[in-house]
Amino acid sequence: MGVTERCVAEEERRVRANAREYNEKFQYASNCIKTSKYNIVTFLPVNLFEQFQEVANTYFLFLLILQLIPQISSLSWFTTIVPLVLVLTITAVKDATDDYFRHKSDNQVNNRQSQVLISGVLQQEQWMNVRVGDIIKLENNQFVAADLLLLSSSEPHGLCYIETAELDGETNMKVRQAIPVTAELGDTSQLACFDGEVICEPPNNKLDKFGGTLYWKENKYPLSNQNMLLRGCVLRNTEWCFGLVIFAGPDTKLMQNSGRTKFKRTSIDRLMNTLVLWIFGFLVCMGVILAIGNAIWEHEVGVCFQIYLPWDEGVHSAFFSGFLSFWSYIIILNTVVPISLYVSVEVIRLGHSYFINWDKKMYCAKRRTPAEARTTTLNEELGQVEYIFSDKTGTLTQNIMVFSKCSVNGHSYGDVQDMLGHKAELGERPEPVDFSFNPLADPRFQFWDPSLLEAVKLGDLHVHEFFRLLSLCHTVMSEEKSEGELLYKAQSPDEGALVTAARNFGFVFRSRTPKTITVHELGQAITYQLLAILDFNNIRKRMSVIVRSPEGKIRLYCKGADTILLERLHHINQDLTSITTDHLNEYAGEGLRTLVLAYKDLEESYYKDWSERLHRAGSASEAREDHLARLYDEVEHDMMLLGATAIEDKLQQGVPETIAILTLANIKIWVLTGDKQETAVNIGYSCKMLTDDMAEVFVVTGHTVLEVREELRKAREKMMDASRSVCNGFYQEKLSSKLTSVLEAIAGEYALVINGHSLAHALEADMEAEFLETACACKAVICCRVTPLQKAQVVELVKKYKKAVTLAIGDGANDVSMIKTAHIGVGISGQEGIQAVLASDYSFSQFKFLQRLLLVHGRWSYLRMCKFLCYFFYKNFAFTMVHFWFGFFCGFSAQTVYDQYFITLYNIVYTSLPVLAMGVFDQDVPEQRSMEYPKLYEPGQLNLLFNKREFFICIAQGIYTSILMFFIPYGVFADATRDDGAQLADYQSFAVTVATSLVIVVSVQIGLDTGFWTAINHFFIWGSLAAYFTILFTMHSDSLFRMFPNQFRFVGNAQNTLAQPTVWLTIALTTVVCIMPVVAFRFLKLDLKPELSDTVRYTQLVRKKQKTQHRCMRHAGRVGSRRSGYAFSHQEGFGELIMSGKNMRLSSLALSSFAPRPNASWIDTLRKKKGCEGSSAGSPSGAADKTLKV
Amino acid sequence: IKPSSPCNKCLNVSWDSTPPCTCTINFTLEHSFESNVFMYYGLSNFYQNHRRYVKSRDDSQLNGDNSSLLNPSKECEPYRTNEDKPIAPCGAIANSMFNDTLELYRIDNDTRTPITLIKKGIAWWTDKNVKFRNPTGDGNNLTALFQGTTKPVNWPKPVYMLDSEPDNNGFINEDFIVWMRTAALPTFRKLYRLIERKNNFQPTLQAGKYSLDIAYNYPVHSFDGRKRMILSTISWMGGKNPFLGIAYITVGSICFFLGVVLLFIHHKYGNRNTSADIPN
Repeated sequence: MGVTERCVAEEERRVRANAREYNEKFQYASNCIKTSKYNIVTFLPVNLFEQFQEVANTYFLFLLILQLIPQISSLSWFTTIVPLVLVLTITAVKDATDDYFRHKSDNQVNNRQSQVLISGVLQQEQWMNVRVGDIIKLENNQFVAADLLLLSSSEPHGLCYIETAELDGETNMKVRQAIPVTAELGDTSQLACFDGEVICEPPNNKLDKFGGTLYWKENKYPLSNQNMLLRGCVLRNTEWCFGLVIFAGPDTKLMQNSGRTKFKRTSIDRLMNTLVLWIFGFLVCMGVILAIGNAIWEHEVGVCFQIYLPWDEGVHSAFFSGFLSFWSYIIILNTVVPISLYVSVEVIRLGHSYFINWDKKMYCAKRRTPAEARTTTLNEELGQVEYIFSDKTGTLTQNIMVFSKCSVNGHSYGDVQDMLGHKAELGERPEPVDFSFNPLADPRFQFWDPSLLEAVKLGDLHVHEFFRLLSLCHTVMSEEKSEGELLYKAQSPDEGALVTAARNFGFVFRSRTPKTITVHELGQAITYQLLAILDFNNIRKRMSVIVRSPEGKIRLYCKGADTILLERLHHINQDLTSITTDHLNEYAGEGLRTLVLAYKDLEESYYKDWSERLHRAGSASEAREDHLARLYDEVEHDMMLLGATAIEDKLQQGVPETIAILTLANIKIWVLTGDKQETAVNIGYSCKMLTDDMAEVFVVTGHTVLEVREELRKAREKMMDASRSVCNGFYQEKLSSKLTSVLEAIAGEYALVINGHSLAHALEADMEAEFLETACACKAVICCRVTPLQKAQVVELVKKYKKAVTLAIGDGANDVSMIKTAHIGVGISGQEGIQAVLASDYSFSQFKFLQRLLLVHGRWSYLRMCKFLCYFFYKNFAFTMVHFWFGFFCGFSAQTVYDQYFITLYNIVYTSLPVLAMGVFDQDVPEQRSMEYPKLYEPGQLNLLFNKREFFICIAQGIYTSILMFFIPYGVFADATRDDGAQLADYQSFAVTVATSLVIVVSVQIGLDTGFWTAINHFFIWGSLAAYFTILFTMHSDSLFRMFPNQFRFVGNAQNTLAQPTVWLTIALTTVVCIMPVVAFRFLKLDLKPELSDTVRYTQLVRKKQKTQHRCMRHAGRVGSRRSGYAFSHQEGFGELIMSGKNMRLSSLALSSFAPRPNASWIDTLRKKKGCEGSSAGSPSGAADKTLKV
Repeated sequence: IKPSSPCNKCLNVSWDSTPPCTCTINFTLEHSFESNVFMYYGLSNFYQNHRRYVKSRDDSQLNGDNSSLLNPSKECEPYRTNEDKPIAPCGAIANSMFNDTLELYRIDNDTRTPITLIKKGIAWWTDKNVKFRNPTGDGNNLTALFQGTTKPVNWPKPVYMLDSEPDNNGFINEDFIVWMRTAALPTFRKLYRLIERKNNFQPTLQAGKYSLDIAYNYPVHSFDGRKRMILSTISWMGGKNPFLGIAYITVGSICFFLGVVLLFIHHKYGNRNTSADIPN
């Protein structure tokens, strides 16, 4: 990010409105943003500088310099410079392309238009020309251009609504208010005269804090975040507003927040770096050995050999010669650390990323979003994930509530039935109920049980009352755009679903005023007088309304959590209660959110008395909330049960299946949600994370350190007890000494549910290990009510102690921290803004794609990368170590075995493409199988396919090959002659023979390693061989030699050598001896210790022969258990907003008759509520009573 | 066939000893050689594959490039110039060219019949016709063409006096070319002469006694080197090569044995996969 480069850090910011000259002297950043790194001039130096910060590149630069020293140079300089330039170019091109796109997006943002007040006139300006201190006019649905101080708006009291989805991912609207003095500045002329000065904090990245003061007309006004509109927000439901630019461009909180994401490395990357270091150490060792050899040789033999070969100038001792030879050997053996390794790895990853991007099965047709690999460097880690941390809302669930079932007066409705009345299986749904009789019905609502509608039509009083309750008892606002086109604005989707259900069944909530609710009951408009809203809060877990019907009867309608409400029913309801309870259990078993409905008739006199007392309690200064709670409690008693509703918190498609399969793949899934415990647990059940087979679900809700510790300890003890009963005595003692191992070996399945405040304690330094142990012993972990920071802490904790690969998936801005912390962050590109996606490494639109991403793409990526690395190290060792053996026969003089062109091209031409093709395309089992057998995922988690052991096996194989590669030709050539009698054992023939057998051996080896042959594999392997021979013959051709006799010394060699049968016999022998043990070993392994993938592959072969269809996986039926919980996910205090009427539009009809007294304090109240929201102590509303006074 | 005692007297020869130290080695051929016979000289412990040795040549000079002739490549140091004159051919390889003369006699009842040794056709065609070229210029007088250069330090005579025949003189002298094709290993042999079969009724070399006359010019004793002379016939796949045969037989047997073992193992254990219970 282009952080402003002022030398002195800003200590405070002074901004004067409409005074560009004044503000300019502070040199604040302009609103032009720059996320690009280079421009045309700086690209080359900056990019090269960055690239040479990579150790590998510097290493090769160092080699290049070494090669320029003639005494040392054992290879021509071009053997290094060609690959180096290639690598640098590829990287540079990639960087340039990335930067080009950044330039483009910068330009697009910088050129957005906004209206700026310049010398009293509104002018269209591009964003980048907006300056600090300007006054901007924003219109509805526009993006805020910079961080603004809200001055005034079209709404009363200088209110303005914004959506902060891009900023923090929350889609609900937020209210901002101008400070009263500026709120009156309605038009441009007034604003043009505004010359207040703001002194505030310097730019920072805290989204929810702002501190400053406005000095205007010799008065001081404090400013807070409540007065600020931040860049990236969108103005909603507000016609226009004016704001003063405080922070612009890079200083805005949005830009300050979008710091460069930390560069993530995969574990293979780290392993690779370690291995490269080891290899480097190995290289130095070999160099030292050979240098010592050289010193000895020069001392013993070389001295005497000086008559034919005198020492170089300046070399006077064998020791110094050895020293030089060390560097020479470093040069020729450098190919064990191949520069092309890094490039190839990048290319392979890029290929895998494209596979992910192109995967049609991860394309969401509905949202038209394909999966996207935003980071291309993490693919193989997808095959090693052990822990998934998932957000709930928007990730597991769609955040759409659907009225699914209900129980009215002991009769349950809503089961999908087929013709015979049996419960129908999923997928074979009949036609939904036809709501065409009702012109006001919401066409999107679907219900599958026609009997409920019949009951309504037949006039079942209970059913009528049931829906009447639903249409009255809520805090939903309605908006009628045109006749019959109702739009409900609900704070919680649950309520919206219920009111919509009532609407479709003929009880249409039409409109409300602070004092009335108008309902169309089966086509007939009835206006109820709204007497009181007994609002929801955390402790009450219910809400009620008291209404007076047109007939004058006063009735209390209540809906709430079953646990609470069932206790408050009148005792005559007992029979009905038991039936309803059964229904509730059934619903809960299906993972539905349940809600119990009840009513109570109130006597006129009782109500008067009660409301009197309520009024008094509301105006009491002390313990007002307690009083209110008691009064509420009193009236909501002895209620009559009406029934229950069941709302389906619609899961994303395929979530339970995905979780089931991921669990089978031994991936542990933790749900970290900001939601309530009940909701979270419910979702846990409905997506099969929690099952009834589980031995126990531990719930940790302690508020203090001690409580939490105690609860965790109990949980562990219980698990240990259970496992002790399973284990025998001897084993048990051994186990109990090691707590961790006990918990690893827990028998039975457990789950842990932990609350946010408990988590805060559990994450403290002294308890985190304990918490982690407990949690990891459980099969499923659900953390509810967690803050974004806690999410990140949990991920960090697992990362720290478990050394396992973690994946975080989420869709909201509150998941960003966790997405950034985890090894792999996945963003769901859903409705909740794009913050999560921007921070993520992978993004797609459905949770279920995770299964494919991990089990197919991740697994393959890992497999391919491992195979690639194994082969790569193998081929380079086989290639390079030949020099080592040759050293013993050439006086340790650092003479290369091969032609220098071969050395240059070996890694970049002859052997690079086949292994790349394998790295990109290889697969051991087809995708369906890897989904079908999730166990196939395990090798990745255990890191079996490429680890230090595998590495050493590859190295050993490489060294073995190199030995044969040298000694077989050595044995043959020692006293062989050509068929025309000339000697065969000349250096050049030897070089060609060894090189040819090497290329053939590694090609055969790649053929053996390739598990999945595509045309490209064939093409590359055969092509490489063809390229080798073509290049060989070209290099050895007469014409090239005639042009550069000193460069192409091998003239005529290929023709002469490869025409010899002896040479071909040698090559064949070498190939067979190098490959035979590999084949034998693989054959044995396949027979004696087959891997799961081998077995799967084999079965597939057999199946293909038998042409049988593969079986389908059966879905296990659900077993219900008693779980219920009602979660109003909306904030409390909405009721008073309704009653005060503040949020009603002026256009609203009712307001003419019910003009409310201006009540400026409600905003404060609301703000206070918001502040309290989230803190566990429920604060009963203080304003509810005020509304009653109205 | 190793040089033994008769030549020990010559061990301490130097390059320019005149007259050359000569010695004679007698040997007996057990079998007669039916087809063409190839005569090799072998050197051991001679590091023709040493990096500094290998690079110490100038291929463009050897290719007849006139500018390189007078200004040889730096790679040739320290055999690049001598007394301010460029050396042709320059470099350590050329400088150390093998210069013993071998003559073969058949001893038949105490009469020594010299055997004709053919010195042409011992180098690769590409080497002789492409890689090695004499400098070009007016006329074919090599002496004139090599004007301005000097002989390698160790050589008794300049390069244009290697042979009397013009197509085997200068850089395209085949002995020189063979020497310039450096060996891959410290013990090596190089083709020296051919002995052609004269007619179909007589073997090229009959069994019997032979003697080898050596004009011993080439010192190898200082670095503990050894010289050899080898006579050999060749088949379709070159000279006698026991290693390849033995290796093939060994590898073949191992493969066969392994095949049997694996077949057995596969029969015994391999079948259990077919039931294919895949744990899931």
